[in-house]
Amino acid sequence: MTRTDLEPIYKTDALIAEDIDAYLEKHQHKTMLRFITCGSVDDGKSTLIGRLLYDSKMIFEDQLAALENDSKRVGTQGQEIDFALLVDGLAAEREQGITIDVAYRFFATESRKFIVADCPGHEQYTRNMVTGASTADLACILIDARKGVLVQTKRHSFLCHQLGIKNLVLAVNKMDLIDYDQAKYDAIIEDYRKFAESIGIENFTAIPISGLAGDNITTQSENTGWYDGPTLMQHLEAVEVRSDANLAKPFRMPVQWVNRPNLDFRGFSGLISTGSVKPGDKVRSLPSGKTSTVKSVVTMDGDLEEAISGQSVTITLEDEIDCSRGDVLSAADSPPEVADQFESTIVWMDEEPLVVGRAYWMKLGSQMVSVTVAEPKFEINVNTMDHLAAKTLELNSIGVSEITTDRAIVFDPYSENRALGGFILIDKISNRTVGAGMLHFSLRRAQNVHWQAVDITRDDHAAMKNQKPRVLWFTGLSGSGKSTIANEVEKKLAIMNRHTFLLDGDNVRHGLNKDLGFTESDRIENIRRIGEVAKLMTDAGLIVLTAFISPFRADRKLVRDMMGEGEFIEVHVDTPLEVAEQRDVKGLYKKARAGELKNFTGIDSPYEEPEEPEIRVNTVAMSPEEAADYIIKQILPLK
Amino acid sequence: MTLTHLQRLEAESIHIMREVVTEAEKPVMLYSIGKDSAVMLHLAKKAFYPSPPPFPLLHVDTTWKFKAMYDLREKSAEDAGMELLVYHNPEAEEMGINPFDHGPLHTDMWKTQGLKQALDKYGFDAAFGGARRDEEKSRAKERIFSFRTASHGWDPKSQRPELWNLYNARKKKGESIRIFPLSNWTELDIWQYIHLENIEIVPLYYSAKRPTFEYEGGLFMADDIERLEKVMGKRPEITERSIRFRTLGCFPLTGAVESEAATLPEIIQEMLLTTTSERQGRVIDKDSGDASMEKKKQEGYF
Repeated sequence: MTRTDLEPIYKTDALIAEDIDAYLEKHQHKTMLRFITCGSVDDGKSTLIGRLLYDSKMIFEDQLAALENDSKRVGTQGQEIDFALLVDGLAAEREQGITIDVAYRFFATESRKFIVADCPGHEQYTRNMVTGASTADLACILIDARKGVLVQTKRHSFLCHQLGIKNLVLAVNKMDLIDYDQAKYDAIIEDYRKFAESIGIENFTAIPISGLAGDNITTQSENTGWYDGPTLMQHLEAVEVRSDANLAKPFRMPVQWVNRPNLDFRGFSGLISTGSVKPGDKVRSLPSGKTSTVKSVVTMDGDLEEAISGQSVTITLEDEIDCSRGDVLSAADSPPEVADQFESTIVWMDEEPLVVGRAYWMKLGSQMVSVTVAEPKFEINVNTMDHLAAKTLELNSIGVSEITTDRAIVFDPYSENRALGGFILIDKISNRTVGAGMLHFSLRRAQNVHWQAVDITRDDHAAMKNQKPRVLWFTGLSGSGKSTIANEVEKKLAIMNRHTFLLDGDNVRHGLNKDLGFTESDRIENIRRIGEVAKLMTDAGLIVLTAFISPFRADRKLVRDMMGEGEFIEVHVDTPLEVAEQRDVKGLYKKARAGELKNFTGIDSPYEEPEEPEIRVNTVAMSPEEAADYIIKQILPLK
Repeated sequence: MTLTHLQRLEAESIHIMREVVTEAEKPVMLYSIGKDSAVMLHLAKKAFYPSPPPFPLLHVDTTWKFKAMYDLREKSAEDAGMELLVYHNPEAEEMGINPFDHGPLHTDMWKTQGLKQALDKYGFDAAFGGARRDEEKSRAKERIFSFRTASHGWDPKSQRPELWNLYNARKKKGESIRIFPLSNWTELDIWQYIHLENIEIVPLYYSAKRPTFEYEGGLFMADDIERLEKVMGKRPEITERSIRFRTLGCFPLTGAVESEAATLPEIIQEMLLTTTSERQGRVIDKDSGDASMEKKKQEGYF
C-alpha cells in the first residue's frame, strides 16, 4: 500500500444498506473498550488516532474536505493528508502545534465501541496522563522506531503501570522510516522488555506499525512479512475489558443517593463497582457492619433478577438498616476494610505544592472526608524510577505517603478495586482538584484487628532479658561483609549472655518472603516485612540484627519510622565497589557485568549511601572481628 | 455476561446525574427539546426511578423554535412529572431580535445572555446540558463537569482533572457548573438508544412532506409563514419537499435535508451512509472558522 492511497479500509458495512434492522441488532451488542495513547511529542500519536478514526469511517466528507484543505495549509505532510489535524483541539494548542490536555475520541468497529484518551507527551503533563489512564482498560504506548525506547517511553509505561493498566500495547511506529527492518524492531522490543520487567510489568503486546502509511493498523501489512501477530485493530477488538475482571470479585456498591419517593419505598442507588447482586443475597452495609437481605433490584425497566458490575441500580433491603450516601453495600461474607490511616501513592496536580499536615478534602467513591498527608516517604523520579527524598510533592510529581482521614472510611486496595481504592484530593479554599491517589493498605487495621490488651508488656520482656531491645540494620553493597560482620556481632553478644536474632537473605527469602520477586514493589514489600518482623522481635525484647543490601534510603527510612526512638541503629558496612567486586564471594558481580543479572546494586542499580548512619565501619581498614568489636562498643551499655 | 456499550454509557450517565443531585444545591436540566435532550431526560427518569427527577427542566427559548418542538416540550415535562421553566430574554423580546436582521446577535442575545439571566434569576448552581464530545473538535477536551465563573465565563486553564468516576463539584458562592452526562455518547449511540428505548422525539426528525424555502444557499422549513414574511420583508417562495432535520434549533437557522427516511432505522441508515457531519446543517459553526464554538463557550454559550 502506498501512502497516497487514502481509501478507507474499514468500508461501511454492506448490511447498513441491505438490512438496517439486522445491522442495528448486531451493533446493539457491541462491547466498549477505553484506552489511552501515550508517546512523545513527535511519535505520531495524533496521526495514529486520526488514522484509526479515518479507517473506521468516522470521518465525514465535509471534515475530510476541511482536512485536505488544512493539510495543505498548515499540515506537516506536504501535499498529503495530515491525520494529526483531525484530532487537534483548542485553538491555542493548534497554534503551538502540540496537544496539551486530555482529549477523548470515539470510533467503533463491528464488535466494539472505543473511547480513546489522547494524552500529551510533554514532560510537565503527568497530570493529564494519569487522568487519561485512570479510566483506561488498555494503554497504547507509541515508540518512534528510529529513536527506540526513550525516557518518555519509560515514564509513560511506569505511570500506566502505577494506575493499574494490565493491557499494554507497545506500538512501534514509523516502521516505514526504518524500512520495516525486523532486526531493529526486535532490538527495540528486547530493550523495552528489560525495562518492563524491571518495573514489574508482566507482559505487553508489541506491534510494528506505521500510522501514516497504515501498516498493521487494520490490515496485516505486506511490508512486515516477518510479523505474524495481530494488527492493532484486531488486538483492540480482542482484548479483555476490565469490567469482565471486576465481575468475578465480591459485590460492592458505593451508595450515592437514598431514593425515598414515599414512606413505603426506601432504595439505595449506586453504580455496582465489582461483583453482582440478586434478590435474596445477604449484604452488609459498611462502615456500620449491619447486615440485611436484598429484597429487589429496581430499575425503570422493571426489577432485575441480577445486576452486575458496571450497572447503575437501586437496591431495596428486607430490613430497615441505617445506610446513606458514602456507605458501601457489599457481600455480607467478604466486606471491604474500614480504616483511617493508609499508605498511598499520590500524584500532585496543582501549581501550589502539597502542604504536609494541611487538611484537604478527599473523595473516594461517594465518601467525602477530611484528610492530612504526611511527609512523603519518597518521591519517585518518573524518568529513572529512583526513589528520592522529598519534603513535599510539586506539580506533576508522584510519591508515596501516609495519609490520615478524620473518620474511618470504607476501602479496598486500589489493586483490587479502582472504585474503592482511587481518590482525589481537593483544596478546601480554592476547591481545585489538587491531587489523586491510590490506596495500598491500611496502616492500623483498627477496625478489623483489635489490639489485644496484654499484661506482659514489651518492657517486661526486655527486663527479663536484661537488655534494651533494638535493631542493628546492616546495609552495604553485595560482598561488603554485612553477614560476616553481623554474625561476628551476634556471636560476641551471645557470649555476653544477650538474646539476639539474625535476619538475613537466607532465612527470610526462603520462608516469609518467598512469594516476592525482585520488582520495585516487591522489593519495598520485602523490606517492609523484614521491618515488621524485626519490630515484633523487639517487642519480644530481642536485639535484632539484619543483613540486607537495602540500597534505598527511602526503604531504610520506612523501617526506621516503624521503630521506637533510638531503637533503630543503621550500620553502614562501607566497602568501596572495586573492593566488593574484587572479593565477589558469590560470583554475582561477574554475572552482573556479563548482563546475566539485572538491577544489580552497584552495577546497573544505584546504592544510596546512608547520610547519617549511627555506625559506619570501614572494611578496608578493619577485619570483620575488629569491626564487630567496634560496633558493640558503640551500642554499649546494652541495658 | 458483558455489558454492551449502550448499557455502560447509560450507567455512566445515571451515575453522573446522581452525583450532581447530591453535591449541588440547586440543579436544573437544560432542555432544548432536541434528540440529545430527549435522551438526557430519559436517563434522568431512569436515574431516580421510582422518584421523579429531583430538579426542574429549563428551556431558554428564542421564540423562533419549530412549533412541533413547543408541543413536545409541554408533553415531555408532564410525562416526567417535572416542573418546566421557560425563559425569554426580556431585552431580546423588546428589541425584536430575530435571525434574519441580527445575525450572530440572535444567538448571543436569546441563548447566551438568556441562559445567564435565567440561571441567575433562579439561582441554579448546576445545569445539565446535552452536549457530546464527538460533536465538534474543541469539545473533545471538555470535562464532564465544566466550571463557570460567577460571570459564567469558561476558562480552559481552570478546568479540573477528572479521574476515575470521581467528580469534584465543590465551588464558591456564585460559581456554577455545567454538567454533560452525554459526554461519551456519539451521534450513533444516541440514535441507537432512542431506537432501543423507544424514546419520543420531535416528529421533524422523521421525513415528511413539508413547506420549504431556499435562503442563502440553504434549505429551510416555513414553519410560521406569517412571521417569516414579516421579518424577511417578503413572502419566501414555498415549495413542498420531503425533508427532515438532523439537528433542531431555531427554524430559520436550521437547515433541512431532503430525505425519505420516515422511521428510526431509516434515519440511522441514512446517517450511517451519509457523508457530511451533523453540525453542517447549523449556521452557527461557520461564522468565524473552526474555532468559533470555543469562542462561544468562553463567552458563555452552552
